[in-house]
Amino acid sequence: MAATVLLAIGTRKGLWLATSRHGRTTWEVTGPHLPMADIYAVAIDTRRRPRILVAATSEHFGPSVLTSDDLGASWQEPEHAPVAFPADTDAALTRVWQIAPGPADEPDVVYAGTEPSALFRSQDGGRTYELVRGLWEHPHRKEWFPGGGGQAVHTILAHPQDPQRMIVAMSTGGVYRTEDGGTSWQASNRGIHAYFLPEEYPEFGQCVHKVAGHPAAPERFFLQHHHGVYRSDDGASSWHSIADGLPGDFGFPIAVHPHRPDVVYGFPLVADARRFPPDGRCRVYRSEDAGESWSALSDGLPREGFWSAVMRDALCLDDADPAGVYFGSRSGEVYASADEGDSWRRIAGHLPDVLSVRAATV
Amino acid sequence: MRITLLLPQMLRASADGAPRVEIEVSEGATLGGVLDELHARHPALERRLRDERRALRRYVNFYLDGRECRELDGAASRLADGAEVLVIPSVAGG
Repeated sequence: MAATVLLAIGTRKGLWLATSRHGRTTWEVTGPHLPMADIYAVAIDTRRRPRILVAATSEHFGPSVLTSDDLGASWQEPEHAPVAFPADTDAALTRVWQIAPGPADEPDVVYAGTEPSALFRSQDGGRTYELVRGLWEHPHRKEWFPGGGGQAVHTILAHPQDPQRMIVAMSTGGVYRTEDGGTSWQASNRGIHAYFLPEEYPEFGQCVHKVAGHPAAPERFFLQHHHGVYRSDDGASSWHSIADGLPGDFGFPIAVHPHRPDVVYGFPLVADARRFPPDGRCRVYRSEDAGESWSALSDGLPREGFWSAVMRDALCLDDADPAGVYFGSRSGEVYASADEGDSWRRIAGHLPDVLSVRAATV
Repeated sequence: MRITLLLPQMLRASADGAPRVEIEVSEGATLGGVLDELHARHPALERRLRDERRALRRYVNFYLDGRECRELDGAASRLADGAEVLVIPSVAGG
């Protein structure tokens, strides 16, 4: 019997949930859940009983994090704000941009990345969070500035074995890494070209859009920059370009295959000044050799007239075998592949702008 | 003295379903003081009205005897015994 796969779709106006019980050939889509909240981040934590975690921000009533332990049938949130800046920081949470379950052997640990740029840590499975002071008090912080979407930590990658090690990424600011459990942080942007700054290769200030890694290759990361696609083989100490073979080096998401650490996916756009898929063709790009070469994946995707884009958290894979690949567009369409990207089908359409997707077997 | 908060439908779930919340505060209390008291009683409601710096949320309006508090002294606006604070989400979004 095929495993049940859950796809959580966060949009500008609420959450939709797609469920497949038939080998990902058909999908039942429900929603909107949490209507009118913008859902910048979702996570499906399968370390124990599946828990959906959702960063929901109401334009009127502010941000929150909700959890569901019954696959979206009901939602819980604490009385007090689950993510809030301590009084001495004189800061207020704008929204949560990322929810990242911690390593497998710390099943109660969950991380949240926020706007303004900060990292929070939960030790109760993602219900309540505390500020990680080391990053907040970094001397660079006053020089981080907001990109078009705001000043936020959007990527959190905990080392799979060493609880002292982690990287985060923010726009702008770039990549920072800790090797002492979050007490101190080093900028880790060597080799990333920042054409928009006077110094082309600054220590920090890069506009990193997304970073992805794989637990089986903990020293390797893939990175989509505000122009430029990069790989690190030394734990984010240095980066080199892997953009050759792509039709454009601009874009937002980058994601790694769950079982094959050399397989990586992106959704290239033409340029900062032309944020469209090249030629209006909807194509995901996949590399099977860690970025040395790229192939366009377009079977089942719109061949023309696709002038939408895919946001940084709106492309993901599930953990099935073969892996499913999913992406949602700003035009409210969601496409799914059950064969690792070789062919695609639209499983939802006419939704609000898709901001985030996450999928898992449940 | 007693102040009454009148809540819109969408916020009542954060106040045990009640359309109004009675708050006891000392003489000369401000709107901010009322919200401090609300924080102690209904934190899930209060955090929808103010952020953690106690700043009033931009798209929530507080009418004090018919005038939005920002036309008065904002959160420092003083209230009289028996005053009603009408909470109304402002027109926003798309």
